[in-house]
Amino acid sequence: MQEVLKKTFDVEAIRKDFPVLSRKVNGKELVYLDNGATAQKPKVVIDRIQQYYNLENANIHRGVHTLSQEATSAYEDSRRKMKEFINARFSEEIIFTSGTTGGINLVASAFGQTHIQEGDEILISTMEHHSNIVPWQMICEQKGANLKVIPINDKGEIQMEEFETLLTERTKLLSISHISNTLGTINPVKEMIAKAHEKHISVLVDGAQAVPHMRLDMQDLDVDLYVFSLHKMFGPTGVGVLYGKKELLDSLPPYQGGGDMIKTVSFKKTTYNDLPHKFEAGTPNIADGIACGALIDYLEELDWAAISLHEKDLLSYAHEQLAAIEGLRFIGEAERKASVISFVIEGIHSYDLGVLIDKMGVAVRTGHHCTQPLMDRFGILGTVRASFAFYNTMEEVDRLVEAVKRAKGMLL
Amino acid sequence: MSIRERQEELIEEFAMFDDWMDKYEYIISLGKELPLIDESKKEDEKLIKGCQSRVWLNAELKEGKVFFTADSDAIITKGIISLMIRVLNESSPEEIINEELYFIDKIGLKEHLSPTRSNGLVSMVKQMKLYALAFQTQLKNG
Repeated sequence: MQEVLKKTFDVEAIRKDFPVLSRKVNGKELVYLDNGATAQKPKVVIDRIQQYYNLENANIHRGVHTLSQEATSAYEDSRRKMKEFINARFSEEIIFTSGTTGGINLVASAFGQTHIQEGDEILISTMEHHSNIVPWQMICEQKGANLKVIPINDKGEIQMEEFETLLTERTKLLSISHISNTLGTINPVKEMIAKAHEKHISVLVDGAQAVPHMRLDMQDLDVDLYVFSLHKMFGPTGVGVLYGKKELLDSLPPYQGGGDMIKTVSFKKTTYNDLPHKFEAGTPNIADGIACGALIDYLEELDWAAISLHEKDLLSYAHEQLAAIEGLRFIGEAERKASVISFVIEGIHSYDLGVLIDKMGVAVRTGHHCTQPLMDRFGILGTVRASFAFYNTMEEVDRLVEAVKRAKGMLL
Repeated sequence: MSIRERQEELIEEFAMFDDWMDKYEYIISLGKELPLIDESKKEDEKLIKGCQSRVWLNAELKEGKVFFTADSDAIITKGIISLMIRVLNESSPEEIINEELYFIDKIGLKEHLSPTRSNGLVSMVKQMKLYALAFQTQLKNG
C-alpha cells in the first residue's frame, strides 16, 4: 500500500510547489497544521497574481482597450474553469464573492427577502460555523421566522432521524456544512439534499472545509446553492464562489447595487444585468479571481484519489499517536471524517498548549473555532485543532505529537 | 520602587533565560501559583472576555495606592498577569496612568499583547488604566 502511494503521490515533490512550507518559525522548520483556517498557496498562484499586476492590470467588463479585454477574458476563463472544476451546468451559475461568509450573506439577503415569510423555518445544524448561523438569525429576526437546529450525537454526527422530523411544511431552507471545521465530520449532504427536495425545500451547503479535501460535483449532489472560499483551497484570500442553480439564482433579487450589475439606469427605473453579473456589483477582486484560473489548472493536475488516501493515512496515524497521550480526549469522532483533529487535554487550556507548540514551530488553531454553540454542546470552551492538507507528512504528525507531549509536560 | 524601576528589574531578571523554554517555564510557574483573585470577586462584571482565554480583574484603592488582583483560566495568561501586577501594584493612580508598559516587549512576550491572540490581556491593560483613572478622579473629588 505504502509502496503504491509513493509511486503515485510524491508529497516531497508537491511540498516544493508551496514556497512558505520551507520557511522556519521560531528557529524550527515550520509544521503548518492550520489548513482549516487558510491553506498555503502554490507558487503558480502567487506568480499569476504578480504577472497580472506587472503586465495586465485593467478593469474588466468595461473597457474596449486591449488590456481590459485581456483582463476580462482571463477573469471569465477562471469562471469557466471553476464551472468545469465543480461540474456546474453553466458558467453563469458561478458567482464570484468575497468568500464563504460573503456568499452566505448574499443568499440570506436575496433568498430571505423573497422566500422567507413570518413563521417560516430555516434549518441548520449544531456544528455550524458562526458564518452559517448569524446571517440566518439576522434574517429570521427581520422576517419573524424561526431558526431550527439539527442535533448531533456525541461522536459529532448529524442525527438523521431528528433531521427528518425537522423538515416540515414551514421549512424554507436547509443550510448545512459539508464538513465541520471543528470536528472534521463529513456530513451526508447528498442524502440530506435528497430528503429536503422530497419536501421541496431548497438547500445551501457551506463547503468551505470540503474544497481542500475532495473533488466536488454540483450536478451529482443536486445541491441548490453551494458556497466556498478560494483561500481554503490553496488559492488567494478575498475570493469565494457561490454556486447556484440557474433557475433559483434567476428568481432572486440583486444583493448589492452598483456598477456591473445593471443593464440600464435611469432615475425612474433601473433594469438589472443577467447572471452572473447581477450578483457582482462593483469592481471585483480581479487579480485574485484571475489567479483562481491558475489554481484550478494546478489542482486538476493532482491525483485526487491518491490525495484522499494520503490524507486518510495522515488522519489515522495522527489519531493513533495522539490517542496514546494520557488525558487527551478527541472532540469529534465521526465515522466519516476529513483530515481534521480536534482535542482537549484534561487540566490544560487550549491557549497554553497552542502558545507552547507554536514555539516548537508547529502551527495549529486553538479556541472555539467560531463554533461556540458546538463548544456548548460538548461542554468545553475550546479545543486544539490540527487540520491537515495534502502537503503534510507523517514526519509532521510526529513533530505535532512530540510538541504536544513536551508542552503537556511543561504545563502539568 | 517606581513602575519604571520595577520594569527594569524584570527585564534584568528575564535576561538570565537562555531560551524560550526556560522563560515559559518561569511564566508557567508564576501562573500556577495560588489564584490571584478572591473567588468571590470572580463575578461576571470583573470578567474581561478574550476570544481564547478569560481574565478577571479587580482593583482597590488603599491609602492612595492601587491594588490589583486578577486571574485567568489559561496559565500562561495568568503568568503574564502576575508580571503586570508586580509592576503596577501599590503605585499611585497617576503613575499608572502616565507610565508606559514597555517591559513585555523587552522580555520578548510582545506577541501576547497582539490583538490576534485574543487572550484578554490587551483589554486587561486598558481596564487597569481605566481603574486608575477612576481612582484618580475619586481622589481629586476626595
